[in-house]
Amino acid sequence: MPGEHVAIATAPAEPAVSGPSEHPLLALTARRLGIGVITLFVVSVIVFLATEILPGNAAFAVLGRSANPVRLHALEHQLHLDQGVLAQYWTWLSGLFTGKLGTSLADGEPVWGLVEPRLVNSAVLVLATGVIGSVVGVALGAVAALRKDSWFDHICSVVALAVTSLPEFVVAITLIILFSTVVSHLLPAVSLLPPGTYAWSQPELLILPVATLAIVIVPYIFRMMRAAMIEALESDYVEMARLKGVPEWQIVLVHALPNAIAPTIQVIGLNFLYLAGGVVVVEYVFNFPGIGQGLVFAVDNRDIPVIQFIVVVLAAFYVCVNIVSDVIALLATPRRRIPG
Amino acid sequence: MPVSRAGRHPWLFVLWTAARTPRGAAGLAMAALVVLVALVGPAFSPHSPNALLTLTFAKPSGQFPLGSDELGRDVLSRLLDGGRLLLFMGAAATAIGIAAGAAAGISAAYLRGAPDGIIMRSVDVILAFPQLVFALLLLSLVGPKPWLIVIAVGVSHAPAVARVIRSATLDVAERDYVKAVELQGMRPVKVMAKEILPNLISPLMVETGLRLTYSIVIMSGLAFLGFGQPPPAANWGTMINENRIGLPLNPWAVIAPAALIALLTIGTNTFTDAVARVAIGVDRRPEEAALVDELGPEPT
Repeated sequence: MPGEHVAIATAPAEPAVSGPSEHPLLALTARRLGIGVITLFVVSVIVFLATEILPGNAAFAVLGRSANPVRLHALEHQLHLDQGVLAQYWTWLSGLFTGKLGTSLADGEPVWGLVEPRLVNSAVLVLATGVIGSVVGVALGAVAALRKDSWFDHICSVVALAVTSLPEFVVAITLIILFSTVVSHLLPAVSLLPPGTYAWSQPELLILPVATLAIVIVPYIFRMMRAAMIEALESDYVEMARLKGVPEWQIVLVHALPNAIAPTIQVIGLNFLYLAGGVVVVEYVFNFPGIGQGLVFAVDNRDIPVIQFIVVVLAAFYVCVNIVSDVIALLATPRRRIPG
Repeated sequence: MPVSRAGRHPWLFVLWTAARTPRGAAGLAMAALVVLVALVGPAFSPHSPNALLTLTFAKPSGQFPLGSDELGRDVLSRLLDGGRLLLFMGAAATAIGIAAGAAAGISAAYLRGAPDGIIMRSVDVILAFPQLVFALLLLSLVGPKPWLIVIAVGVSHAPAVARVIRSATLDVAERDYVKAVELQGMRPVKVMAKEILPNLISPLMVETGLRLTYSIVIMSGLAFLGFGQPPPAANWGTMINENRIGLPLNPWAVIAPAALIALLTIGTNTFTDAVARVAIGVDRRPEEAALVDELGPEPT
């Protein structure tokens, strides 16, 4: 699902409102952090309340038809449903920070023990995809801009437009057809790693999931980099440099590239945001033991403590990436740092 | 801007101009083909989509042109039957997302002050949930009901739409004709509906196209994950998941629905791209352009 992230332009980084003595960058970062913390607090309330507004209560919803007073009472106690709403929220929120996240309703294991290896695996997947996708996207975009209107540029642009439209499970299935079933058998189609093991114990299992996610994010980075690079190459300062007789390689590397990368960084940030949701489907396709797959299983089993925790983790990731990409974009654009 | 020359139905003019560009024509043709298959298909279905007719994962034959699926059902019949609901749900979610997002974005930009703050902070909160995760959270509570999927996906579109429409409104709200009717004492609601909304047709059309594509992507994704209609029903996303274990035996049971979904999303997205070029006159998506603009000018 390449969709969700594109339109999420991060809120404009507003010029600092602080006095001249304070460092504007620091003030801005602090402000973004503050908003991030508040956003996360509201998110935690929503995730928590979502389970409260259930018709009946969570215990009843989990047990379904097998509900009887004894089991219902035991589960209500386990989920702290016999406390007041505020007390329940407090128990849950403090658990998020102390690691006492309760136990999974599906198999009675502690939530943290179930989710922790999945978190690590997903982090490896997201990081590998983000780095590979960014490098490939920036390189392709820069080359396409330098050779604007060449056949390379046209092919890249058309392919990028087509690929941005595809759901990630279609990309994944296509790769499975090409590399692990119908056409050839070069790579494993699904991971046979049991949940609880780490991905790097069999690195070849990472190839197809990383390739799928990279194929999904590269077109966005490519498009942005190409547009920004073209704009930079047509700018006054590049023309000035040309008139001064600066060698072409220096114009590209020193003058155009850094200025084109600044807006591209935000798009790369948006693509990391996308990955928070994108891992869900891709991990499910490849049976990759990460939090995305964990979320699908938990939703299937109505395993509320696990759902709550994974959703909060994904939201926290989202908010953090937003802040980081804003600050980096700010660092890369010196004129935005000067208070107006 | 060509829109101003187009008389009373500028959006029709934009659609028509976009459809006549090579890119727009290609996109429209792809999307129209899939829509035709989904809407008219059930009438031409050779077998019942849910009947168990033959061996599992049988290869294509005269009787079953695309072979059979995991339970020995006819893939072609299920393919013809499996797109209609997806299209309707995608269109409904898009309508909800655009309506809610436009209302929020216009109000935030026009009213400024406290409403702006409240609306845009709520937007930040919903944006903190990845769209698919937001939908999964809601589905985990009530169960996978089609109406809930439509609402969940529609609501998750609204914040992104609101951001784009807000920045477009900020521009329109400063124009002289808006100031003029304000001085005549027109009520804010009427100003927004009568003066501002008609001038947001270009971004709204582009957003509608984008959200339609994303709706289909997310909904087919949910179906693929097993959160679509309940089992016997045919659905392209569900078919891909059900039949992927049979890829070595009958790949068509997976390739055919995947190709239809791909054609549909590529078609709508390509047409949207053509519309964006005609309506906004840039080579870039509005949100990408907004990013460049945002970092471009000096802070004031």
